[in-house]
Amino acid sequence: MTAGLTRIGAVRPAANAAPPALEVKGLSHAYGPRPALQDIALRIMPGDFTVLLGPNGAGKSTLFALVTRLFDAQGGSIRIFGEELAARPGLALARLGVVFQQSTLDPDLSVRENLLYGAALHGMARAEARHRAAQELERIGMAERAGDAVRSLSGGQRRRVEIARALLTRPALLLLDEPTVGLDAGSRSFLLGHVRRLCREEGLAVLWATHLIDEVTEEARVVVLHAGRVRASGSLPEILVAAGGAPDLREAFARLTEERREGSTA
Amino acid sequence: MSATAECQQLTAMRPAPGTLPAMAWLRCLGGIVRREALRFLHQRGRFLSALVRPLIWLVIFASGFRFILGVSIAPPYETYVLYEEYVVPGLAAMVLLFQGMQSSLSMVYDREMGSMRVLLTSPLPRWWLLTCKLLAGVLVGVLQAYVFLGIAWFWEVRPPPIGYLTVLPALMLAGLMLGALGLLLSARIRQLENFAVIMNFVIFPMFFASSALYPLWRVKEGSLWLWYLCQANPFTHAVELVRFALYGKFEPVAAAVVLFALLLFGGLAVLGYDPARGVMARRGAGAPG
Repeated sequence: MTAGLTRIGAVRPAANAAPPALEVKGLSHAYGPRPALQDIALRIMPGDFTVLLGPNGAGKSTLFALVTRLFDAQGGSIRIFGEELAARPGLALARLGVVFQQSTLDPDLSVRENLLYGAALHGMARAEARHRAAQELERIGMAERAGDAVRSLSGGQRRRVEIARALLTRPALLLLDEPTVGLDAGSRSFLLGHVRRLCREEGLAVLWATHLIDEVTEEARVVVLHAGRVRASGSLPEILVAAGGAPDLREAFARLTEERREGSTA
Repeated sequence: MSATAECQQLTAMRPAPGTLPAMAWLRCLGGIVRREALRFLHQRGRFLSALVRPLIWLVIFASGFRFILGVSIAPPYETYVLYEEYVVPGLAAMVLLFQGMQSSLSMVYDREMGSMRVLLTSPLPRWWLLTCKLLAGVLVGVLQAYVFLGIAWFWEVRPPPIGYLTVLPALMLAGLMLGALGLLLSARIRQLENFAVIMNFVIFPMFFASSALYPLWRVKEGSLWLWYLCQANPFTHAVELVRFALYGKFEPVAAAVVLFALLLFGGLAVLGYDPARGVMARRGAGAPG
């Protein structure tokens, strides 16, 4: 009985204490002797557009691997809407949508088949999945390409399809790992605009990893990751303050990632 | 604020968390099987070579050998059989062996190319996802085996009609065992390697040190150590299970060994993909830096 009650309590928290979409505390991971992440903390609320900013090799991909439970972290905790990922991965993953750095579409299959496969993995009924696939493709302007093989699409179009697939199951938290790599300016701004609109209009929580400073928008929250540590996090002005009063983000980013290098050599 | 409320409304549309209905498990299985089947159909070359391989053995090798190797009366056969007839169950099992290794290769490929990450972000438990992958591969393999048996019928290898029905569970069980071995290998192989490695170190030894091409009593006359090796080879038991089933008979020892091997390989494969210690963690995030 009590077990049943606590379980319901854990799943449906009181409305005034909505849990963060993603809460990471004290997260550490190492490959052999080489630490990849050290004592990472971050928190994303519903509706937040959070940019995870870091140079290549900062640990962004490791963080994504841990949050999507590709493998378990060696230390710390990850909670998705209050659910501990390691303890109840099913509950946490059910509310998660992911766009990986590498393309993960099946090039031989059609756009629609790729979306339906993703939906089936989440246990969605086929009729509903078809309906949702049509909706999401419409939203990204790819409805006419539904029957085409993914192989025939451009890089930008593939990215759009991957976002459509990630959104098909109506996730409340969307993770994107360098989603604009290799795309032209038009595709980049389309993706960024689409995802930001989802945050604004649908309360989607987003973690957008990138090494490109110009993808940080005015209202974005920023987490600067470097050499496996969070160097600064907060709103844009807060980041500038944390970097010792930098005039702009470019300068702040340079200082935050430079400082660490000196620190680590000292 | 309203964004938060709307978000909660959106998430409320999902079924209650923690209670993914039984249907969800089946839909997941359906999706994985469907993808595997579509991929197989798209790869015409793979389909053709899966069919041509056993046919070469049947049409060329066995025809040449029939004059050298007479097979005397031994169960499940009730009369003298031609070598072609003897070799067909072993070749059907070979189809399953290749399919099992092929799906292990595609697991490694999926891991390298990243599409496995999509599979593993499913909210369903990982052992179930692996089971679905396994079942999907087996269904494709069993289908190939039936197509081969159909062609063998035209080559005048004609087991009793009931055999085509009774062989189904044997093909399934043998396919599961060989597929589980493939999964286990895919968890151990670190990167996409040449298929020749698996060919040399798994397929050839398993195939030749088995009862697929020659009856074991004959092997025993020739070389006792080879006979022991064949007996210890789970593929031998897969072949015998299929052979007896094709003639409407049941071989309990073969069935038991195949089942045991299935549980062993399957269990080790699930461990290999365990998020806490498996191949994923060893390989890192897939990022070079």
